[in-house]
Amino acid sequence: MTTPTPADRSAVIRDSLGVGVATGLYGTSFGAVAVASGLSVAQTCALSLVMFTGASQFALVGVLAAGGTPLAAGFTALLLGSRNTLYGLRVGPMLGWTGARRVAASHLLIDESTAMAVTRPARELARIGFLATGLSIFVLWNLFTLLGAVAGEALGDPRSYGLDAAVGAAFLALAWPRLSDRRNQAVALLAAAVALGLVPITAAGVPVLAAGGVALLAGLLSHRPDPTEIPEPPR
Amino acid sequence: MSVWLAVIGAGIGCYLLKLAGLAIPARFVEHPIVERIADFIPVALLAALVAVQVFASGQSLVLDARLAGLVAAFVLLLLRAPFLVVVFGAALVAALLRLWT
Repeated sequence: MTTPTPADRSAVIRDSLGVGVATGLYGTSFGAVAVASGLSVAQTCALSLVMFTGASQFALVGVLAAGGTPLAAGFTALLLGSRNTLYGLRVGPMLGWTGARRVAASHLLIDESTAMAVTRPARELARIGFLATGLSIFVLWNLFTLLGAVAGEALGDPRSYGLDAAVGAAFLALAWPRLSDRRNQAVALLAAAVALGLVPITAAGVPVLAAGGVALLAGLLSHRPDPTEIPEPPR
Repeated sequence: MSVWLAVIGAGIGCYLLKLAGLAIPARFVEHPIVERIADFIPVALLAALVAVQVFASGQSLVLDARLAGLVAAFVLLLLRAPFLVVVFGAALVAALLRLWT
């Protein structure tokens, strides 16, 4: 392992800030969608501050918008948040933080900060990538969530702006980097079918949680070793 | 009030899941089956969320402008459009369709 040069460091910072800006900006879509789903501006901003993991946030408001109970919405968000645990297992040894630093850094552990840290050849660069990405996203994501929420509230009826259609598009875009894999495609189609089959016969919120069972089944039945997938950083 | 409870409770839960990842030594949880299931969870849940968001209206399944939005999103993703363009592009298509019909 070689010592990184200042040029290495600034290259990592530059890339990380690029990802940070791209990701932070789409906080507007979360803000607008959350308010359109019936959350208050304060609840929307609290989600971005406390939960701070995009897919789980979209899932929570999505289940609530579909008429699901807060309990089902919370569980769906937690299930989706479990992938951050796997990311942590991967990058934890590379970052090598302990104590208070680890407690603080944990909040920044998301798809993008992981992706910008795991590929680095040296610990210092991994830490720089993680922090520059995580912190820039945290600041911008919260700022743009507020912006989107306030704008969404001012707009009035979300349906006339197609914001209800934006939610499905957001979920598809979040799943997209994983859908190049054939097994993931199969799991996705089966999960969607299971969820739709359950919509008429179960309470709202249940179909999505039940689709998690497809993941369980696929994990038990598939054989090939599968390293933890870390999606590409957004463009 | 219970929406607040879900927001804060699940928010703290998600933080604890992150902390666990950084704090637990990998060897305690590394098992091929556990990892595979955990890898399939995001794709399964996101796909189910797409389906429910687009086709469900209460307890019934319907085809409306949201499907046009999803098709637009799919095309935009194939064209490698950025996230924001995909999301607001889908909204625009659905809104225009509603205006027109």
